Amino acid sequence: MRVTQGAFSFLPDLTDEQIARQVAYCLDKGWAVSVEFTDDIHPRNTYWEMWGQPMFDLRDPAGVMVEIRACRDANPNAYIRVNGFDSSRFWEAVRHSFIVQRPKYEPGFALERTKGKGRTTHYQIRPYATERPEGERYTNGKR
Amino acid sequence: MNMDRPTAAEIIETEAQQAIDLKALRAETEIDALLEELDRDLVGLAPVKRRIREIAAFLLVTRARERMGLQSEAPTLHMAFTGNPGTGKTTVALRMASILHRLGYIRKGHLVSVTRDDLVGQFIGHTAPKTKDVLKRAMGGVLFIDEAYYLYRPENEKDYGQEAIEILLQVMENQRDDLVVILAGYKERMDTFFASNPGFRSRIAHHIDFPDYSNEELFTIAESFAREGHYRFSPAAHEALVAYIARRRAQSNFANARSIRNAFDRARLRQAQRLCETGGVVDREALQTIEAEDIRASRVFSETIS
Repeated sequence: MRVTQGAFSFLPDLTDEQIARQVAYCLDKGWAVSVEFTDDIHPRNTYWEMWGQPMFDLRDPAGVMVEIRACRDANPNAYIRVNGFDSSRFWEAVRHSFIVQRPKYEPGFALERTKGKGRTTHYQIRPYATERPEGERYTNGKR
Repeated sequence: MNMDRPTAAEIIETEAQQAIDLKALRAETEIDALLEELDRDLVGLAPVKRRIREIAAFLLVTRARERMGLQSEAPTLHMAFTGNPGTGKTTVALRMASILHRLGYIRKGHLVSVTRDDLVGQFIGHTAPKTKDVLKRAMGGVLFIDEAYYLYRPENEKDYGQEAIEILLQVMENQRDDLVVILAGYKERMDTFFASNPGFRSRIAHHIDFPDYSNEELFTIAESFAREGHYRFSPAAHEALVAYIARRRAQSNFANARSIRNAFDRARLRQAQRLCETGGVVDREALQTIEAEDIRASRVFSETIS
């Protein structure tokens, strides 16, 4: 099941050129661009691992592309996203976020039903991948 | 008959179609305006200006060749600026950044000026992130490394400078499209630096030497500082300035235009002091004029030439 989080996730995966242009857009707006990765793709997992610090004072997307490539090399089976953080007053928030790498096979989510008091049912979802320990997910058993 | 190969007539025809008007290309890139500005704004530096014109012409022709489909490897643009302090290396680097930007060889045209401290860390594992951070900031523009020879400290083999050099070299080679590196420093020390780091020498296409300014040129520079600040020198101050330049050059720590800028700044201070002490009504003329005594009060005149 294709994970749809952040911008453009219903589109085909962005090419590097398209990613660079999105990054250029962020930089032109004066946003700090950061690269993050995770292998726990639960929708409520908002805090992904940071790949280095957010990058300030950049003028050109080439610098970010270097980091994206390095992150891909180090985490070939993880989700990687790029964020554009707007630090200006009132916003002070991530204003752009999109996935730049996803594992080849995305097993999707399990829907679990818990019976509560009376006849109520509580639902929760759980990524199948998290059945395995961190670092072994999406790797077909290989570390 | 081989259909792939065009006949001579066809070649002539297509070439005629694709002829490129270099003048139009020059106009399109607005490069002439930049070069003229360079000529006008910078005093002296004739050999430097000539080299820059050569480089600009080469890059323009390379662009024209590209449009004609004549493939050649992307030109290496890394440069070394050598010369004594205050000879305009940083200023020219700034101009170079905008020239390269206009010609489309760098995407943004900004200049990131760094020294050893910005690249080399203090502890193990500190250097690589620091250097990479600087490189990332410089991408799309020009990275100007002042006094680059400090990166290499042969007397200490554990020095982290070597690590910075390796990262630099790698990026200079692999990301030639993304940034241009300009190394700057004293001529002799740069020569030893290049001799011990052959990797750098071979990756740098243009070595530009900045000559010292002559006394007349320094005087012209002082005048231009004054003009920019809406000051002027009285005739006596003129003479004092000429004498000042001659004496200052013979003294230690002479830094060409930078020394002149500092001298001018101090003369302004003394002028203000003089006006305040005199008190009373000052007219526009007095506020503008730097007198001989403002210059003659300098330490340069009291010290004996050693």
